[in-house]
Amino acid sequence: MGDRAAMSGGAISLRDVTVAYDRHPAVHHLSGSFAPGSLTAIAGPNGAGKSTLLKALMGELPVSEGAIDRGRLSVRDFGYLPQAAEIERRFPITVADAVTLGAWRRTGAFGGATRAIAGEARRALSAVGLEGFERRHIGSLSAGQFQRVLFARLLMQDAEVILLDEPFTAIDARTTRDLLEIIRRWRSDGRTVIAVLHDFEQVRAHFPETLLLAREPIEWGATASALSPANLLRARAMAESWDEAAPPCRPGAHDHAHAHDHA
Amino acid sequence: MTLYSALVEPFADYGFMRRALVATLALSLGSGPIGVLLMLRRMSLVGDAMAHAVLPGAAIGFLIAGGLSLPMMGLGGLVAGLSVALLSGLVSRTTALNEDASFASFYLSSLALGVLIVSLRGSNVDLLHVLFGTILAIDAESLCLVGGIASLTLLAIAAVYRPLVAECFDPGFLRAVGGRGPLYHLLFMFLVVINLVAGFQALGTLMAVGMMTLPAVVARLWAQTLPGMFAVATGVGAVSGLVGLIASFHLGVASGPTIILTASVIYAASLLAGPPSPLRRLVRRPHLSA
Repeated sequence: MGDRAAMSGGAISLRDVTVAYDRHPAVHHLSGSFAPGSLTAIAGPNGAGKSTLLKALMGELPVSEGAIDRGRLSVRDFGYLPQAAEIERRFPITVADAVTLGAWRRTGAFGGATRAIAGEARRALSAVGLEGFERRHIGSLSAGQFQRVLFARLLMQDAEVILLDEPFTAIDARTTRDLLEIIRRWRSDGRTVIAVLHDFEQVRAHFPETLLLAREPIEWGATASALSPANLLRARAMAESWDEAAPPCRPGAHDHAHAHDHA
Repeated sequence: MTLYSALVEPFADYGFMRRALVATLALSLGSGPIGVLLMLRRMSLVGDAMAHAVLPGAAIGFLIAGGLSLPMMGLGGLVAGLSVALLSGLVSRTTALNEDASFASFYLSSLALGVLIVSLRGSNVDLLHVLFGTILAIDAESLCLVGGIASLTLLAIAAVYRPLVAECFDPGFLRAVGGRGPLYHLLFMFLVVINLVAGFQALGTLMAVGMMTLPAVVARLWAQTLPGMFAVATGVGAVSGLVGLIASFHLGVASGPTIILTASVIYAASLLAGPPSPLRRLVRRPHLSA
C-alpha cells in the first residue's frame, strides 16, 4: 500500500443505505465500508442494484434512507467509468481530446490543454497501449480500444477512488488482461478501486474483496467466502423477487446479519 | 444576360437585396455551428419544434408593436422559446416523458396560440410574413439584430466549446467531475432560440430552422472533425443564401423557400457525391495497405 492508504479517513462508509426507484428499493439496507486502498468487486445477478450503488456512491442518485459517509473525501475525488452504452461513440472527437477531458478538474471548463497536459495525455495513452492513436477519431476505434481510451482518461483524472461499472463487458481477453494490470497498479498506488463485475471467475482471480449484492447485501468480505455456492444461489433467488404491490418496508424487519463492517 | 447582370447587378442596384445578403451571411455564421451541435446532440427535430414555439411570443410582440417589428417580435420570441425549452426540460426531468415528447406537446400548443393571436389582429398577409418570413423587407435595425446575434453566438461557442463538447460526448462524465452540464445545456438552448429569432425574420418561423439543420447534415457528410463541420455548415449556409437570393430575384419567386431549397439541393448532391455516397460504391477502388 502506498501513502494514500496511510492517510486517515479515506474510508467510504455506508450506514443502512437504501436507494429506491419509485419507492421500489434497488439497493436495500446496505451497511459496511470500503477501506482506503482496498480493491473490491461488486458482484451479483442482473438487477441486483450494482450500478445503482455506484451511482449513489458518486452522488448521482439520491439515497432514499440511511447515509453514505465519504469521510475526508468528496465526490470530486472519485473517478467514474460509466457503462460504455452511456457514451456517444459517434461524436467527432479525437482520442487525444477525449483523454484530455480527464484533466477537467485542472483545466476547468474554459482552460485549454497546456503542453504539460498534452504530454500527460500521451503518456496515459502509452500506458494503456495506444501510442500513436492521438489523432484517431473515437468512432474508428474497436470496443476494446475505446475502453483503453476511457482508462487513459481515468489515469489523467488521478482520482483517489475509482469506480468502474462493468469495465470488461464485450472487451477482448488481451485488453481485459492489460486493463486489470492497470487496476492492480492503482491499488499499489494506494487508490481505492470499486468495480461492478458479473464474471465471478474474474472476481475470484483478481479481486481480494467482494460485495455480493442482490439488492440486499448477501455478504461483504473476502472474495472466496462471499462467492460461496450457497451465497450465489441465495443471490439469484433474491434478485428475482419483485412485487408490484409490496408493502412498505418495516424498520427492523430485515436481517442485517450478513452486512458486516470490515473497515 | 451577362454574368455581371446575373450575379452582381441585383445587389448593386437594390438596397433590399444587399441587406438580405448580409442578413443571410450573418445567419449562416451563427446558425451553422449551432445546427451542427444540435445534430450531434440528436436534437435536430427539437430545433424544429423550438422554432414553432417561438411563434406566440413573436405574435404578442407583433401586437404590441402594432405591426412587423423584428426587435419587438424577437424579444417576444426569445421569451416564448426559452419558456418552452425550460418547461420541456422540467417536464422531462420530473415525469416519464422524454424531452422530445414534451417538446412536441409544448410546441404544438405554442404554435396554435401564436397563429390564433396573429389572426386576431393581423391580416392574412401578416400571418404569411410571420410564418414564412420577409427577408427582402429587412431594415437596418433588423440587420443589426441579426448581426449582433451571430456575433454573440460565435463568442459564446468559443467560450464554452469544451463543456459543450464534453456534455454532448459523455454527459455522465461531466456530471461526475462536477461540470455543471445542465447549465451549459441551458446556455446552448438559449443560443438556439436567439438564432431562431434571427432566422425568423428572414425565413419565417416555419423555416428558420432550415439554416441550422440542412447545412449541418451536409457538414456531417463531408467533414470529420467538429471545427471542420462548423466550417462546412457555415459555408453551405452562406452559399445557399447567395444562390437562393439570386435565383429568387431572377425567377421572381419567394426568397425564403428558395434559400432553403438551395440548401436542399446541396444536401441531395452531397448524398450522391459525398464520401459515404452510393455513387462511390459503384467505383471499385483498391483498399489501402494500413
